[in-house]
Order: sequence, then structure tokens, then C-alpha cells
Amino acid sequence: MLNMFEVIETNNMIEHEKLDVRTITMGISLLDCCDSDLAALNEKIYNKITATARDLVSTGEAIARDFGVPIVNKRISVTPIALAGGCACKTPEDFVTIAKTLDKAAKEAGVNFLGGYSALVSKGMTKADENLIRSIPEALAVTERVCSSVNVGSTKTGLNMDAVNLMGQMIKATAEATKDQDSLGCAKLVVFCNAPDDNPFMAGAFHGVTEADAIINVGVSGPGVVKVALEQARGENFEVLCETIKKTAFKITRVGQLVAQEASRRLGIPFGIIDLSLAPTPAVGDSVAEILEEIGLERVGAPGTTAALAMLNDQVKKGGIMASSYVGGLSGAFIPVSEDQGMIDAVSMGALTLEKLEAMTCVCSVGLDMIAIPGSTSPSTLAGIIADEAAIGMINQKTTAVRLIPVIGKDVGDTVEFGGLLGYAPVMPVNSYSCEKFVSRGGRIPAPIHSFKN
Amino acid sequence: MNKIIITVVGKDTVGIIAKVCTYLAESQVNILDISQTIVQEFFNMMMIVDMEKSLKPFEQMSADLEKIGQDIGVRIKCQREEIFTKMHRI
Repeated sequence: MLNMFEVIETNNMIEHEKLDVRTITMGISLLDCCDSDLAALNEKIYNKITATARDLVSTGEAIARDFGVPIVNKRISVTPIALAGGCACKTPEDFVTIAKTLDKAAKEAGVNFLGGYSALVSKGMTKADENLIRSIPEALAVTERVCSSVNVGSTKTGLNMDAVNLMGQMIKATAEATKDQDSLGCAKLVVFCNAPDDNPFMAGAFHGVTEADAIINVGVSGPGVVKVALEQARGENFEVLCETIKKTAFKITRVGQLVAQEASRRLGIPFGIIDLSLAPTPAVGDSVAEILEEIGLERVGAPGTTAALAMLNDQVKKGGIMASSYVGGLSGAFIPVSEDQGMIDAVSMGALTLEKLEAMTCVCSVGLDMIAIPGSTSPSTLAGIIADEAAIGMINQKTTAVRLIPVIGKDVGDTVEFGGLLGYAPVMPVNSYSCEKFVSRGGRIPAPIHSFKN
Repeated sequence: MNKIIITVVGKDTVGIIAKVCTYLAESQVNILDISQTIVQEFFNMMMIVDMEKSLKPFEQMSADLEKIGQDIGVRIKCQREEIFTKMHRI
């Protein structure tokens, strides 16, 4: 029988250490909505989403009440719209009508974000892919809850540098299109290499074509719980440290597994995966940076940061894997700047630079995330940063991503406020030397060799 | 069996257990186990109850007990047992 200390430990995690389930994300396939008539396509998409996700929010709330654990977000991911809409959409403007439909469906379902305004172009772009990509700036400006992602490369196919170059331009155009809101549109746009089909986290969630008609994916969280557990292991050696992280990750993930199974049962939709990522929020005590500092760094960004993060990420996975029947998605510590108070502080005091963040992304998911940079940054520099990050993913057979916000009208020294879970960020400096000639060569970077690893 | 864990946390005062138990008895909820302790003058109690024959649904019992807790100045929380067993039992 349960004892009191176990019950108190769990409730302390929830009440004082910010343990929560970050998101229940329902993946919905839109492949059966295809229609060559744009109006009919929009209607089918709206009906499919609102019918499938009708009980998502109420079920999430009921589960949270029954177990006494907060479920912060209820979200939806859909089939990449370049695939679902390609039949009817002949221009970027046609795709924008679908973005509006998705936004309306998200509001009707009561979810705060809907992901999947996406194109998968790791090797080449169809006309529909290109039209969708070119529609992203307007689509993100005229909608509130739609999230967009583009996969520009993979370990198997190499990097599509035409798409990388285009995405540099589109990020800049999205920043311009939403400059009245501190370029907020860019916070809803992710560029991936090796994008997973079952990621429940925004803004990069989409429902891959390898997935079932509908699926429940769950993202857990709990940086605060890991941090508090590590406070008990101060001064101990790495063996004790790693054991502590593993045990804590196990407990956190079990909560996610329970919630996922309940949601799947109550909604009558199969359970997909648990995403083991440690996802921070701007709240104090809910920070991945604070964990790294508890491990022994004066500030995130100090020498040793990459090693500490590599160890943390690996131990979280080792603990989490045993707690869940199916693990997927991104599954790694997130290091967004604006969504993590410890990261914000480290950037503000000059301890953490863009280059160090890039090094950190080699050993954890998911990439350069929620980083505000000067609005004057050129599209080719943005493309260069995307290419660097995608190359890390391609060579290391891992998912990497870029979510940069070139804030129009702001420069290094300014701060940008995005609000809510998106937090705030100091504008970080970017290397000012040009890569224009490199990124505008056109074509592809070939897939890497899978032997002679060095 | 439909096991629920009820936790009570707050400043120690006369009659906390009596009030909760009276409510549970009236609702036909069977108490399987009670443990309590005082930590730094704070009253901590955990009850494992079976709601199988309960006259009230979980949502109502949860809300009623929360209200009783507010009246006597303690926090009462009802949670289904699985969140604890999943976390602490392999």
C-alpha cells in the first residue's frame, strides 16, 4: 500500500516544483480531406478537425482534475498542409485560406496552438511545397494559433540549400509581416533537419504521413523537479548525480504515460508516444539552465556547459525510456532562450552566446530556439545559421531546428516581450560577416557518409 | 475497487479527521487506510478510500471536501490512486 511520504513527494512535485504535463497533442490526418476544389477542401479540413478533437480539451481538463496534475496545453497537429492542400492550392494566397480555416478550427476546438502548416522538402520542393513556404509570412500574420514548420534536410537526403535559402527570406518576411507585435510570427515558425513525425511540442508539431488517422502524443515536463532532486545531491560524484536524474526522469515520465493512456482510453484514439523532453517555462524554478547551474556551473554558457547538458540529456532519456512503452518526438532537454529564466539571465549578463548555444544543440534537442536577434539581420545570414544548425543534425543523425526571431526595429541591448509561455528575450548579437555567396549557390548539400566517423 | 487518495494539509486544529470522516460516511465511501503526522506544526493526513459504493461522483466529492477544508482552514485534495502508484511502483 502507498505510504504517506510517497504521496507527499508526488504532491510536492506538483505544488512546489512545477511538475506538469506540458501538452496533450492530438495528431489528425488530413489526407482524406484532399479535394481539387479549394472551398470544399477548407470545409472538409474544418469538419475533420472539429469533429475529431471535439472532446480533447474537456477530456484533458477531466484527467487533470482526477489525478490532480496540471495539463498545461491541449493542442492539435495535422498532416503537413503542403501535402493535404497541394491538390487545390495553386498560389500562396490559396494556402493562406487553409491557414485561416486551421485557425478557426483551433478556436472552435479550444486549443491554444495547432501545428502542421508545414512542408517537408529535405530533398526537393514541389510547386505546392514552394507555394506553401511562400505563404508562411502572410499565414502567420493573419492567424493567431497556427504554427508552421519546414523540414529542409535529413541525414538520409542531405540539405536542400534552395529551401534553406528560401527559409532565410521567409523568416525575415514573417518578421516584417508581424513587426507590430515584435515579429511574433517568427515564434510560430520552425525550420527543421530530421523532423520527427510525432512531435507533440509546438511550434514544430505536425502529423506525419507515417502516422495513423488520429493519435494522442504527450509531452511531459519537469525541470523544477530535477533541479530540486539535484539539490539533495550537491557535492556528490557523477554516479550519484546520474542516478538522481534517472530516477527523477522515471517518475516524471510515468505521470505522462498515465495521462497519455487515460486520454487515449477516454477519447477512443490510439496512444502514440511520450516525448521525454525537459521543457522549461519562463517561471522561476522551471528552468533547464537552473539544472545545469545546480550541476556545478556558475552560469549557463561557462566552459563545461556542453558536457553537463550532454549528461543531463542522456540521463533523462535513460530514466524516461523505462517509464513509458513508447517514446518518440524530440525527447531531449529544450534550451529555448526566451522560455527559460536561467537562459535569459545568462544571455543578459554575457555568459551565453549564440555560438555556445549552437554547440549545446549538438548534444541535446532541439536547436537554436526562441532566440531574438537584431531586426537588421539579413536573410542570407539567417539562411547561414539555418544551414549550420541543419548540418549538425544531418551529420549527427539527430533532430535540429531553428526558431529565430529577427525583431524588426530592435537591436542588441533591447529586450522583446512575447508574453505567456513564450516569455521574453534580450536581443543577441549575430556574427556580422556575410555568407551570401555560400547560401546562394543553389542546389543541395549531399547526404553524408555513414562510415569513417570522426 | 475505486481507490482515491485524500490528502489534508494545514494548521492542526480539533476535529479535522472527524469532519472528513463524517462526510465520507454519509457518502458511503469506505476508508481503507489513514495515516497522519504533524510536521512543523502542520497537520498532514493521507487517507486511502474506496469509492465503489459512493453515493456521489468523484467531481462532487472532490469539490465538497475542498469546501469543507476551506471552512476549517486546511487544504483537502482528492486524487485517483494511479498517479501515485504509477510514479512509485515499477
